[in-house]
Amino acid sequence: MVTKVHMEALSPTMEEGQLVQWLKAEGDSIASGDVLAEIETDKATMELVARGEGILRKIFLDAGGTAAVGAVIGVIAPEDEDISGIEGVSGGGGDPPASAEAAAEVAPLAEPGPAATAAPVVPASAPVAPIAVGGRVKASPLARRLAEEMGVDLSLVVGSGPGGRVVKRDIEAAKAAGVSAPAPAAPTWIPDEDEFEDVQTSQMRKTIAKRLITSIGPVPTFYLTVDIDMGRVIEARKSINAMLEKDGIKVSINDIVLKAVAGALRQHPNCNAQWHDGFIRRFNSVHIGVAVAVDDGLITPVVKNAHLKGITQIGAEVRELAGRARDKKLMPDEYTGATFSVSNLGMFGIHEFTAIINPPEAGILAVGGIEQTPVVVDGEVVVRPRMRITMSCDHRVIDGAQGSRFLQTLSGMLEEPTAILL
Amino acid sequence: MAVMTYREALNEALREEMERDPDVFLMGEEVAEYDGAYKVSKGLLEEFGEQRIVDSPISELGFTGLGVGAAMAGLRPVIEFMTFNFAFLAIDQVINSAAKMYYMSEGQFPMPIVFRGPTGAALQLSAQHSQACETYYSHAPGCKVVTPGTPADAKGLLKAAIRDNDPVAFMEGESLYNFKGEVPDDDDFVIPLGVADLKHEGGDVSLITHGKMIHVALQAAQKLEKDGIHADVLDLRTIRPLDMDAILESVKKTNRAVYLEEGWPYAGTGAQIVSMIQEEAFDDLDAPIIRVTQADVPMPYAKNLEMLAKPSANHVIEAVNKVLYR
Repeated sequence: MVTKVHMEALSPTMEEGQLVQWLKAEGDSIASGDVLAEIETDKATMELVARGEGILRKIFLDAGGTAAVGAVIGVIAPEDEDISGIEGVSGGGGDPPASAEAAAEVAPLAEPGPAATAAPVVPASAPVAPIAVGGRVKASPLARRLAEEMGVDLSLVVGSGPGGRVVKRDIEAAKAAGVSAPAPAAPTWIPDEDEFEDVQTSQMRKTIAKRLITSIGPVPTFYLTVDIDMGRVIEARKSINAMLEKDGIKVSINDIVLKAVAGALRQHPNCNAQWHDGFIRRFNSVHIGVAVAVDDGLITPVVKNAHLKGITQIGAEVRELAGRARDKKLMPDEYTGATFSVSNLGMFGIHEFTAIINPPEAGILAVGGIEQTPVVVDGEVVVRPRMRITMSCDHRVIDGAQGSRFLQTLSGMLEEPTAILL
Repeated sequence: MAVMTYREALNEALREEMERDPDVFLMGEEVAEYDGAYKVSKGLLEEFGEQRIVDSPISELGFTGLGVGAAMAGLRPVIEFMTFNFAFLAIDQVINSAAKMYYMSEGQFPMPIVFRGPTGAALQLSAQHSQACETYYSHAPGCKVVTPGTPADAKGLLKAAIRDNDPVAFMEGESLYNFKGEVPDDDDFVIPLGVADLKHEGGDVSLITHGKMIHVALQAAQKLEKDGIHADVLDLRTIRPLDMDAILESVKKTNRAVYLEEGWPYAGTGAQIVSMIQEEAFDDLDAPIIRVTQADVPMPYAKNLEMLAKPSANHVIEAVNKVLYR
């Protein structure tokens, strides 16, 4: 008798499960009740038990792969039984079915039809095998095909067609920029190959994401606020500016804040990340989007690789980019590709505010002004220059504790700026 | 190669086919004594006599029905419409009798008949006499539709149409009759139906068209050349049966296409072809396909408005720039 091994609902709310590991291999004898595999549900890792006996003849879902509840992931049958007619889910390595409906009892074994390959983006450089990037990237059919063939991640290509549509020339420019020196005028920026790491979303993360966007969507945001004593930053700025006076260079408080943010993000890659459907992209490099008010709106030019730059360079770049932003002279690659953003309204006398996340980034920091504030230090009321910052976090990517630890590091750096040097 | 007008090329085709096959005859309004409204049948009455070059009364439905009956009886009629604008009166015989006869008689009655005459706008003939009618005929299964744009194509395709055993709507261009071009001297120059012709080669964009619009497309292609854009100009020549292989070959090379036709956009020939391209070459498209057609209005009489309503080389260039994202 043939027993199909199904992905079972191992928790009441489970819709799909990720195969952690098989505890039996193809060819092993199976008795009813044997533990076949470990499955990660939306809640915990559970055991999948054999419902029949025979030989584990076929495994359809590899470790790491995800299948919808009900999908056939293996076959138990006597040695001589013909099982060639049984089809299971395809592959493994995390190629999750687009939806529960898509992964019916018998999912397509191979050759996904046109409808099943709506977003065929497989970044060649991604460390995890095939990941379907969600989010809708507008691209011509040809551009999609070329991106797949050339291993270009469509989501990172800036489209030059109408409405930002990615077209053939953009893919070619991205490919060229990726293999040779940065193409000078190409309106495209793709990061270095090892610049980020794609981490498959666990069942728990998926559940967090799914639950929270039904509450606050599409970006379930929460806010963390902290007051920072800026006394040491003010001193540091004075001495830096005294040193640079002969060169006519001045740094601002904001430049130092940006430098500290870059340093803190390096220590908390959880917060230097983007949400994609199916995975979270954590960046090793820090590209900070800096909100700049322009006449009829705002734009966020990006300080690329801020973690590698000194305070004066960050400051010079911000002012140069902001100047061109006001003149509307920014190239598309100069205002895209941020991994985190900072908005500062301190100069307007704003005490505190919340900023809105710029997806797919997962965080933005709202920086208020420095104000002389009475605070209690060692039991005494003293007046200190205090600055309130509020971080908006995409809860799909960042949990409260993770965001708080990042802010702890950041405020530590600002309260003791020499830590920035570490 | 001989240089001759489109009109002379059609005349040669008729003469050669009538010489070749005594079953071929021509019937229509003023085709005999007057040599045809557009002089296509010039000299044929003298040569073949009134049994084979037949003047009809002004009765489109009547003489078209006579033609269908003659074809059922084994002859090979060529029915001339003074223009296809007048053939609306006869379309019941074309669609309901001719196009369906072979099918409904279970193959007992082949229908070797040609309906020919000019289609499309000339100049200031107003709404009722300026229509591109090919889509009415290509819509119906059982009817072939041929739209030659040059003297050579006119001759080679008319000869093939007369020899074909299915009804063929052979749709000429009124403003093409005086157009001159080279025609091969070949004793028996026949162009098979259903084969497109690449009239201009380029790799950047596919301009697909038929009938007299090939000249608009070629004009646009020449202007685009100066701008560094190289266009394929693909002349379908026959819009049913359709040379889909040639269309796909060009589109797969250029990744973008513009369809140009003289008729209206709604359910036009271009609508059909665009649909087929996206079905069969979706992954080769880098831009939506754009159609250039007559404005979706009855043709205005006023000259300035007529010029605006007709597809022009500038309209084509605009469309090309769009699909090239320029």
